[in-house]
Amino acid sequence: MLDPAILLASALNGLTTGAVYALIALGLTLIYGVLHIINFAHGAALMVALYGVYFLHRGPGLDPYLSLPVMVPAMFVAGYALQRLVIGRASHGKDENVLLVTLGIAIVLENLALFLFKSDTQTIDTPYTFSTVSILGAMISVPKVVAFGGALVVAALLLLLIRRTDLGRAIRAIAKERQGARLVGIDVEHVFAMSFGIGLACLGAAACFLLPTYYVNPQVGNGFVLIAFTIVVLGGMGSFAGALAGGLLIGVVESLGGLWLGESLGQIGIFLIFIAVLLFRPQGLFGARA
Amino acid sequence: MRGLAGIAAFAVAIALMPAFVTSGYALNAMIMTLYAALLGQAWNVLGGFGGQFSFGHALFFGTGAYTMAVLQVNFGWNAWAALPAALAAGGAIGAAIGALTFRYGLRGSYFALVTLAFAEVFRILANTFQFTGAGVGLMVPLSERAADMQFATRAGYLYLILALVLVGFLVSWWLKHSRYGAWLQAVRDNEESAAALGVDVLRVKLQAIVVSGVLMAAGGAFYVQYLHYIDPHIAYGPAVSVEALLAPIIGGMGTVWGPLLGAALLHVLGETTRNLMGDAPGINLAVYGIVLVLMVSFLPRGVMGLLGTRRAARAAGDA
Repeated sequence: MLDPAILLASALNGLTTGAVYALIALGLTLIYGVLHIINFAHGAALMVALYGVYFLHRGPGLDPYLSLPVMVPAMFVAGYALQRLVIGRASHGKDENVLLVTLGIAIVLENLALFLFKSDTQTIDTPYTFSTVSILGAMISVPKVVAFGGALVVAALLLLLIRRTDLGRAIRAIAKERQGARLVGIDVEHVFAMSFGIGLACLGAAACFLLPTYYVNPQVGNGFVLIAFTIVVLGGMGSFAGALAGGLLIGVVESLGGLWLGESLGQIGIFLIFIAVLLFRPQGLFGARA
Repeated sequence: MRGLAGIAAFAVAIALMPAFVTSGYALNAMIMTLYAALLGQAWNVLGGFGGQFSFGHALFFGTGAYTMAVLQVNFGWNAWAALPAALAAGGAIGAAIGALTFRYGLRGSYFALVTLAFAEVFRILANTFQFTGAGVGLMVPLSERAADMQFATRAGYLYLILALVLVGFLVSWWLKHSRYGAWLQAVRDNEESAAALGVDVLRVKLQAIVVSGVLMAAGGAFYVQYLHYIDPHIAYGPAVSVEALLAPIIGGMGTVWGPLLGAALLHVLGETTRNLMGDAPGINLAVYGIVLVLMVSFLPRGVMGLLGTRRAARAAGDA
C-alpha cells in the first residue's frame, strides 16, 4: 500500500485540478443544456484562451490572474459571434450539422495555432509558480489552490446567473421547451448566442487559472475535451451541480489513477469511465434528465 | 445497371493510366486520391447511408494497419495472408463497438463521442504496448516483391488501391440498389418509422458498422504496405478520422460517387494550399476545416447534391 501522506497529497492535488475541469465542463454543459448540441470546439477554444493568457503575459507582461478581466469578456464576445454568425447559420435546424460545424471549427483553430505558433510547448514564469502551501500536512502549489478557489467562485457566479437573472430564466425556459419559449417572446437566437458566449467565457477564466502551473501548445485542448465530456456525461447532461461534482471526482480519479498506473494509463481510466457511463447510465450518475 | 457501367469505365480508365503516364508525381497523386476515396467510402457506408456519424473511424483504420504490421513484423506472416486478418480485425472491432453502442441506443452526438473516445483509448494502448512498437511505431521491411504485397513501381500500388476502391464502389452501388440498402437508409431517415415498418434496426446498423470497419481496415492495410510504417498517432490520431468523413461530406453523403469526388477535390485543394503557402504544418488541415464549415453551411448535400439539383432543374425545364 502507498503511504497515506502521498495519497492525501495526491487526492488534494486532484481536487484542485478537478475544480478547473469542473469550470471547463460547466461551459460545456451550459451549451449542451440550451442548444442540445455537443460543442466539439470546446477544447480548441480553451487552447485559444490559453494562448491569449500566454501572449498577454509575454507582451504587456500581464499577470495571468490580472488577465481575467480581459480574457473573460474577450472569450464571451468570440463565443457570441461564433454562434450567431457561424454555427447558428450552418445548422439548418439539424443537430448533425452543428456537430460537424463545431468539429470543423475545432480543426481550423487547432491547425491555425499550429501554423502560427508551431507545435512548441510554451509555459510562463510567475513569482508564485513554484510556491507551495501546507494543507493538512500535504504540500500543495499555491496557484493550484488559487485555481481551486477561483473555479468555485466562477461556478457560483454562473449558478447565480442561471437561477436569479432574467437571462438565466430565459436560458432555462429554452432548455426545457424551445418552441414555447419562442412563443412567449424570448429571442431564442440571442439566448443561444449568449449561452455559447458564457460557455466560452468560462474557458477564458479557466485558462487564467490554469496557465501558471500548466502549459500551452496547439494540441493542449484535446486532453481536456474528452475529460470535460466525461464530466458532463457523468454529472448528467445539462446539470450544473453534476458538472461540479463530476469535475472534482474526475480530478481525484485521474490523480490517484496516475499514482498507481502511471500518467498515460491513468488517462485510460477516465476514458473507460466515460464509455461505461455513456453505455450504462447515459442520464448521468446524479440522475438529471438525459 | 448504368451505375455499374460508369464504375467499370472509371476502373478501365484508371487501369490504363500507367500506360500513358510515367510521372511518379502524377501516379502518386492518383494513388493518394484513391486511398482517400477508400477511407471516404468506408465512412460513407455508416455515416452517409446509415446516418451514424463516427468521429473516430481511425479506430478501424488503425486496427487494420496494426494487424497488418504486427502479423508481418512480429509473426513473420506473408502480407497476402495478413490482409484478410486485418480486414477481419476491422470488422470485429466494428461489431464490438456497434454491439456496445447501438444496443444502448446511442446515436447522434453520443455515438460520435463514443467512437472518438474508443479511438483515443486505442491510441494510448498502442503507445504503451511493446508488440505495437509503443511510441516508436512499427516498420515493415522493404522487399518490393509482389509476393509480399509490395511493388517496385507505383503502378503496382495503383492497381492494389484501385482494386480496393472498386470493392468500395460495389458496396456503395449495392447499398443504393438492394433491399438491405433501403433498410439502412430508412433507419437513417427515421429510426422509429423504420422500426415500426418491421426493419430490424439494431441488426441493420450492426451490419453497416461491420462493413464500414472492414473497408476502413483495408485503407489501413494499404497505408502500411505503401508507406511501410505505422505509429500510434498516424493509426489512431484524429487526422484519419477527419479525412474519412471529409471526402463524403464534400462529395455528397449517401451517394456512390461522392467519396471519390470529395477525395479528388480535397487533393486538388491540398496541393493548391501547399503551392501557395508552402509545406507549413497545420495549414492543410486548417483549410480542410474551413471547407467543412462552408460545406455544411452552404452545401449540406455536397457537390453531388449540387449536380443533382442542376439535373433535376434541367429535367423540370424539359418537361
